[in-house]
Amino acid sequence: MNSDKNILVSQDLDVKDSAWYWDKFFQILMFISGVSAIFLIVSIFFFITKEGFSFFFESFSFREFFLSSAWRPTSLSNPTHGILALAIGTASVTGFAMLLAVPFSLCAAIFISEFASGRVREILKVLIELLAAIPSVVWGFIGLSIMNPLIIDLFDVPVGLGILNSGIILGLMAAPIMTTIAEDALKAVPDHYREAAEALGATKWQVTFKVVLPAAKNGLVAAILLGVGRGFGETMAVLMTSGHSINLPTSPFDSVRALTATIAAELGETAVGSEHYKALFTLGILLFLVTFVINLIADIVVKGNKRH
Amino acid sequence: MFQSTELNRRNHSVQKLVSILFGVVTCLLIVPVLTIMTVLVYKGGPNISFEFLFSAPTNGMTAGGIFPALLGTILLVVVALIFSVPLGVATAVYLSEYASDTWLTRLINLAIINLAGVPSIVHALFGLGAFVIFAGFGTSILAASLTLGIMTLPVVIVATRESLQAVPPEFRMACWGMGATRWQTIRKVVLPNAMSGILTGVILEVSRTAGETAPIMFTGAAFFLPFLPQGILDQTMAMSLHLFVVSTQVPGVPETLPYSVALVLVSMVLIMNAASIILRAYVRGQKKW
Repeated sequence: MNSDKNILVSQDLDVKDSAWYWDKFFQILMFISGVSAIFLIVSIFFFITKEGFSFFFESFSFREFFLSSAWRPTSLSNPTHGILALAIGTASVTGFAMLLAVPFSLCAAIFISEFASGRVREILKVLIELLAAIPSVVWGFIGLSIMNPLIIDLFDVPVGLGILNSGIILGLMAAPIMTTIAEDALKAVPDHYREAAEALGATKWQVTFKVVLPAAKNGLVAAILLGVGRGFGETMAVLMTSGHSINLPTSPFDSVRALTATIAAELGETAVGSEHYKALFTLGILLFLVTFVINLIADIVVKGNKRH
Repeated sequence: MFQSTELNRRNHSVQKLVSILFGVVTCLLIVPVLTIMTVLVYKGGPNISFEFLFSAPTNGMTAGGIFPALLGTILLVVVALIFSVPLGVATAVYLSEYASDTWLTRLINLAIINLAGVPSIVHALFGLGAFVIFAGFGTSILAASLTLGIMTLPVVIVATRESLQAVPPEFRMACWGMGATRWQTIRKVVLPNAMSGILTGVILEVSRTAGETAPIMFTGAAFFLPFLPQGILDQTMAMSLHLFVVSTQVPGVPETLPYSVALVLVSMVLIMNAASIILRAYVRGQKKW
């Protein structure tokens, strides 16, 4: 009698009622949504390649593209598409920004994670999070109307827009993000590492430098890489603060032009399908690939960290 | 026996010194920005009035208010949310509730990281190529919002996934034990318990979307429009682009006007962010498990 009842129950459960079909339906729907992220990133690459693709067959010359500093896509007689000066512009601004942001944000992350406690830590974390939220166009405006006169006054130069201004603004933008990621990496170091070192008589700063930092090394490298990626891809702030003239810079006050800013400034003036338009999309492909590689490396570095 | 030695004392003072030094460096990171915000409030604040917020720019954008830009930003954000929130939440549900750790999951995670990491100007190129030209939406609110939505999708996905994973597995097991299907469990147990975390992510996305400039420059935002948009296939003005335009493109703008525009934009973004932080703190305090 008893076993009969059990059989009945299990048969009941096997019934494919509407709940069963809804379950299957939503399982498939969620799967499609999940995969859509891959679809989107592939279609980003597809569409920028589709628009810029034919540039490679028509006017692309490897030598000119990478080794010439003459970016004159609108020249009527002899348009040239050399990105050397633009690449150096991006590199110098990003490099300068990292010079400022890396030490500051690592120190801030160490302070928040290891030294500050209670209320101070919470307040600092909230402030850093709010700093990260300020839009890039506002940073650009700050560089243009507050930093610019400040630099002119302090260093007695004719124009305050250039690597220095752009680098400081970009550094201030990247620092909160790097601080947050670096702090996460430090927090991921298990507390018993710290306790073991403290039990041996190490002071807090000895614990931090000899135990926590080496253990969090990979996460910190990833934080720096993501900061570099952020600086590299920043558009509006760099456009507004770098001076935007094509230049091989020799001093931090020199004006430069970045890859991203070039697209933002020139795309509006080009006719769809023209050589100039395709050249700008080719810059987009380059930007996409470089940030993809940076993100990939950061991801691999973090994954390597987690395995321990 | 417990008298401190010379080494102890030296270690102690080094420790103090390092702690203070790092504290100062942290403050150096924050203080300039607070100063800048003070300058924004000081220069832009007096100009902001009811009339400034609710009237259109006049005299070739050198006078008047910011209403079309304000309205445009709200429209762009709303349309972007309509499609990116359901998609982002569903993606997070898949990753947290269905997916196991396979190569496909790893690939999805890599794609999400890259969606967040690709420069905004590349998203702009994609929006132009895919929505404006290929899909035939033209430069419109729809094209700009889709571009913005895709760009900020990772914000919703990451926040939702975190709050779904914070729901204890016992909740799900108890529900399965009652004979509920996986979807019933997600809808009746997991999602309601993660709702406030998802809301935090949505508010963050709103703040990100409102501040972006580059992705909308070529996909739907206009420098100046004499009329308000009538539908989602019209162009619109937007706060972020308006700030760019009045601070770099228009001659003869009074000095305080861009400060006021910047102040309104920053306030919008920071208030949304603060709301999301407060909500998160409140939810943590309310947790019953």
